[in-house]
Amino acid sequence: MLATLMLGASTLLQAQQTPANKQTKSVLILNATAHIGDGTVIENSAIGFKDGKITLIADARTIRLAADAYDTTINAEGKHVYPGFIAPNSTLGLVEIDAVKSSDDESEIGSMNPNVRSIIAYTADSKVIETVRPNGILMAQITPRGGIISGSSSIVQLDAWHWQDALVKENDGMHLNFPSTFRRSGWWAEPGAIEANKDYPKQVNELNSFFTNAKAYLGDTAKERNLVLESTKGLFDGTQTLYIHANEEKQIIDAVQFAKQNGIKKMAIVGGYEAYKAAELLQKNNVGVLLKRVHDMPENDDHDVDLPYKNARLLTEKGVLVGLENSGSHERMNTRNLPFLAGTCAAYGLDKETALQLITSNTAKILGIDEQCGTLTQGKDATLFISEGDALDMRTNKLTNAFIQGRAISLETHQTRLNERYKTKYNQK
Amino acid sequence: MKKIVLLLILSIFMPKSYAQEYFPNNESIPNKTNHFTAFTNATIYVTPTQIIQKGTLLIQNGKVVNAGTNIAIPKNCTTVDLNGKSIYPSFIDLYTSFGVEKPKPAATAGRGSLYDTKRVGYYWNENIKSEQNAYQAFKYDQAKAEEFLKAGFGVVGTHVPDGIARGTGTLVALNNFDNSKQLLTDKLTNHFAFSRSVTTAQSYPSSLMGMMALMRQMYHDLDWYKKGNSKTTDLSLEALAKNEKLVQVFTTEDKLNSLRAAKIAKEFGLNYILKGSGNEFERIEEIKQTNSKFIIPINFPEAYDVSDPNQANQMELKDLRFWNQAPTNLKVLSDNGVVFALTTDKLKKIEDFRTNLIKAIQYGFDSTKALEALTTVPAALLGKSNEVGSLKNGSLANFVITSGAIFDAKTVMYENWVQGNKFVINDLNTKDIRGNYDLTIGNEKFKWKINGEINAPKSEITTTDSKKVNSKLTFTNNWVSTVVKPLDSTKTNFTRLIGYVDNTDNLSGKAVLFDGSELKWAAVKTAAFAKAIDSSKVEKGPAIMPVTYPNNAYGNTKKLTATTLLFKNATVWTNEKEGILEETDVLVKNGKIAAVGKNLSDASATVVDAKGKHLTSGIIDEHSHIAISNGVNEGGHNSSAEVTIQDVVNSEDVNIYRELAGGVTTSQLLHGSANPIGGRSAIVKWKWGAAADEMLYKNQPGFIKFALGENVKQSNWGNVNPTRFPQSRMGVEQVFTDYFQRAKDYDTAWKAYNSSNKKGKAPRVDLELQTLAEILNKERFISCHSYVQSEILMLMKVAEKFNFRVNTYTHILEGYKVADKMKEHGVGASTFSDWWAYKFEVNDAIPFNGPIMHNAGLVVAYNSDDAEMSRRLNQEAAKAVKYGNVSEEDAWKFVTLNPAKLLHIDDKVGSIKTGKDADIVLWNANPLSIYAKAEKTLIEGVVYYDVQKDEEQRKAITKERSELIGQLLQEKNKGMSTQPAKKKEKVEYHCDSLEEL
Repeated sequence: MLATLMLGASTLLQAQQTPANKQTKSVLILNATAHIGDGTVIENSAIGFKDGKITLIADARTIRLAADAYDTTINAEGKHVYPGFIAPNSTLGLVEIDAVKSSDDESEIGSMNPNVRSIIAYTADSKVIETVRPNGILMAQITPRGGIISGSSSIVQLDAWHWQDALVKENDGMHLNFPSTFRRSGWWAEPGAIEANKDYPKQVNELNSFFTNAKAYLGDTAKERNLVLESTKGLFDGTQTLYIHANEEKQIIDAVQFAKQNGIKKMAIVGGYEAYKAAELLQKNNVGVLLKRVHDMPENDDHDVDLPYKNARLLTEKGVLVGLENSGSHERMNTRNLPFLAGTCAAYGLDKETALQLITSNTAKILGIDEQCGTLTQGKDATLFISEGDALDMRTNKLTNAFIQGRAISLETHQTRLNERYKTKYNQK
Repeated sequence: MKKIVLLLILSIFMPKSYAQEYFPNNESIPNKTNHFTAFTNATIYVTPTQIIQKGTLLIQNGKVVNAGTNIAIPKNCTTVDLNGKSIYPSFIDLYTSFGVEKPKPAATAGRGSLYDTKRVGYYWNENIKSEQNAYQAFKYDQAKAEEFLKAGFGVVGTHVPDGIARGTGTLVALNNFDNSKQLLTDKLTNHFAFSRSVTTAQSYPSSLMGMMALMRQMYHDLDWYKKGNSKTTDLSLEALAKNEKLVQVFTTEDKLNSLRAAKIAKEFGLNYILKGSGNEFERIEEIKQTNSKFIIPINFPEAYDVSDPNQANQMELKDLRFWNQAPTNLKVLSDNGVVFALTTDKLKKIEDFRTNLIKAIQYGFDSTKALEALTTVPAALLGKSNEVGSLKNGSLANFVITSGAIFDAKTVMYENWVQGNKFVINDLNTKDIRGNYDLTIGNEKFKWKINGEINAPKSEITTTDSKKVNSKLTFTNNWVSTVVKPLDSTKTNFTRLIGYVDNTDNLSGKAVLFDGSELKWAAVKTAAFAKAIDSSKVEKGPAIMPVTYPNNAYGNTKKLTATTLLFKNATVWTNEKEGILEETDVLVKNGKIAAVGKNLSDASATVVDAKGKHLTSGIIDEHSHIAISNGVNEGGHNSSAEVTIQDVVNSEDVNIYRELAGGVTTSQLLHGSANPIGGRSAIVKWKWGAAADEMLYKNQPGFIKFALGENVKQSNWGNVNPTRFPQSRMGVEQVFTDYFQRAKDYDTAWKAYNSSNKKGKAPRVDLELQTLAEILNKERFISCHSYVQSEILMLMKVAEKFNFRVNTYTHILEGYKVADKMKEHGVGASTFSDWWAYKFEVNDAIPFNGPIMHNAGLVVAYNSDDAEMSRRLNQEAAKAVKYGNVSEEDAWKFVTLNPAKLLHIDDKVGSIKTGKDADIVLWNANPLSIYAKAEKTLIEGVVYYDVQKDEEQRKAITKERSELIGQLLQEKNKGMSTQPAKKKEKVEYHCDSLEEL
């Protein structure tokens, strides 16, 4: 039945995939290896979901079910089931084509834009988005860029008619690009040296003043309204997480102190190239790290050749909660390689199931949506997929089915259609 | 103060006598003298090795008359007794821009690019300024001359430091007294550099390889012009022709650039003196092999301030090390027999010259060689040995009088005579007033200790009950003056002592009190000055770190050699008809794969247990831009077929090591995609540690980069740029057709000339058309950056019209749409596994592209175009399995055998086959798996990467960094001046990188 559904979809040659309808029929996936996302595995699993929520997660050999307990049964023997992968700090849907300025809505001018909201610019039917789902990425945190305070991000699921329909959590966090302790000289044609940023203390002070002002404003009852300051409210009442983008050790230490001093309830580090050097502090303060693209170059000639590859392990070993993010060049189209970032972390020393957490449960925890998703757990959203093999390895990441909140979503894309069209042209199978 | 003294001398003793003899003089009565001056009882260095003890130097009319021990002193002679002192020839710095104003940058209004020159009567490229003459831009700079004179220099060469061909340099005597004698030779040197003129907005050349190509073309054009072929006048070429016999000086600001300049010299039979940079020791073997003579600067880096660990962390080992090793450069050059002169170039202050040279001597450089490098060597390089650089009879009377050995830190330089004119550095007749005195001011008694240097004595005054009284002493022209501060520092009742010294045992004079009243003071010597031994100065310099190849982190301390290795029981991905063999042995011997099979043995081999591991041929990246110096694009012209990446391979890039760690052994370094006809490629093997030329694949087939689409039509270059043809895909076709037609005509003309036994006039050599003619003659192959179907078909049609075949389409993201046409044409494809959406033209790019083309029978490769991705190309290959169900065996060929085929090197590399090069990788797992890691990477039997050795390297890096940081902290503690910790920014090139110079 699912197969027919998808075939039906592929015959419609519109640009984007049609979002799936609300789950009406319950589904049972039998005999797959279930990667729970919390570090554990159930070899012969039974996974059931109804009305968008997981109702059953068990060892198939130890349970008995009535024949009609679920409307549809998928035999996934030899296959693997994973919770949907989550792409944090993402600009999916904010830019369609990198080089085409008119398709770019990722940043605003000005340095303090806490009132800016990414979600309203999110193009749910972006052609890029549909190409990330077939690799297992089913959710994303849509994040604005630029300035010092870029604005608020929101968390979406990736099969929706429009942004309202896509929302999982609106305005989940605010993004702050912490001043750098270094400064580049020269210009693009003649890069100079990277030297200490002499203005760093001043810039941090300015940031502190902004937050002090904001707090004072929020505590004042007889105030003249200031929408910019007002928009920081969530940071102080704990409804928004402050995502501090920082890579340098000193920046990270200062960022933690900064958040404490200003009474920020929840924070996370985004980037964190040198977070391993401040791991103890991060662990003690329960600060999670959304680690910058691990398929990246070491930032210094002397660094271990594989430092980015093993960075997640270094942090995990010290008890820091780590998720993976993928910002950087070609970041949107590269979102589909998120699973392989986790695979690399496994190649460089993490246990495979722990590596899986980097793009599922850990990310969900950092984003504050772990009650709802991130693991295959009864009561959580049925946002999950079936892969023919190990989804963290390119060779075997081949999805047969994917569900977002129980809805069987299309794994077709404009790319698969082009593939079919030209295979037909050349009589290829 | 010194300046005032000098001015006095000038105005009193040197009345306007400084004009040519035949010039009218309206300012005074001419006062010409031709008496002799004799300097007696001196140690005279006629040359650095010809030394006269207790000798006499006799000069007249600005020249040396004689030097020896038994010199008759003429009657009309002034005699200067220099007992105990020494005389050295004044130094020569043949590389300065003394007296030449720095050219002003062009006003680049609106920053639009200028492609074609607006100059009239000169060469087509404005960076060729060979018509420029330093003597015409020269204005004697008295103040700057004093700085040189104080450092011991008597003669300097100067030139206009601007442009690639910079024109002639002139030789100047630093004669501050007689301007008629300052110009020694108007045109002595002819200058070149790898550096654009600041005065031009012309885009070409925008890269180092472009500069090299431009120089070559310039020399070809010169030859052609000299033969009278040109119908028009070209003053730049005429100047070059005229100045061919001058001393040719080439400025290179890096060791690798020295090698590059030497390469051009060799090609054209030229002899450049290379102005180096101070890092020659890092590639001394290659530097030595150039057989070039050098001009070497000694601007050693100041110690870095590493007291803040956060900042110190940013620093890279190569910079820390360079600080540590730079002072050894002169010793290393000298030990290797490289002939060089020294220059003050790049020094912040000329007065640092002596300090740094003394430092180099402390680091083992021979002091006689140092003197030669400042006197006889530069004189010989200039062909002026009879005039300057020695005190032989007839030479210019240019010499320095010192208190002792010239490069002893304690030695005082007294006078620097230039052309018989005295310039005082320190007063020769200064009395030594140092010692202990009983001081009486009026009725008050003090103890006075005068120490320090003779010319700069210091004062320590104490009361009789040993309380310190602050005082400051100045001693000039034998006048002593001292300000004595009151004991109570809150008071301002200073006392000033002043007195003329005629007797060094007793000093006396008058004291002026705070209220203006005067008293007498007197000091009676109670003890002579005793030199305290200053232990800090004798202390040895910091331990010097060994040089590695390259001299960066992960460099090798010695040249690596091929080993005989026997891999036992590996899973061998042969890429041959045998397929993937389980439990198989591979023997590597003499750089080749010697045998593949079961149960192999070789007594001389080191056995590697490869059970459970995978052995493959090395990864080949068809499209890479790493390890390139100064610009991947020569975008200054719409065709740059004359440039070649082979000129600019950067052997020092740490990315080479990272490639090896990712199992990559061979790459094609391509020109970028900024223009339709790009530059020639370099196919390289990543022999980490070797020199750039050794990395070049031997007898490599010729390749050239072409490009289509958005980049070449400047779609994403912003609004100021639509000035270069083409601006549309329509124009791109026309560029190709036009160039190929011209190349065809060019080729026809040359073939006609060659077949007529070279009768008549030879056609002009045009490196650009010559390269394109190679394509027509099927001696060079195109790798063309391409995206959309229309342009893909277009280029194949153009090629077919000119009867050749496009070899490779690189990127080729819409190849799947025209795979059948490509198959018909016979072109291969080197694509990305899954890139798209970064430009409008890649909107239809799909990850199924590679598999569709593969199934259509094309040779398909996956490339990187990216420094990071190229070290994970094995993972990219696996995406052909994921997206297109390509078999693992075939997918692996996408990054090994197939690119080898596309590059026409599959006879030597690309598979594991007996007789092929031992370019091999040992993986811990299936190489297509995300979990695979390279454990050993071999090229021609040499293990260039080994996971265990890598572990050791990491430890060694940490250790060496700590040691160097310790040394730097100690420097800072010693009070040496420091510079902030910093790191040079690195640019990673992609196809469309316009970051250049």
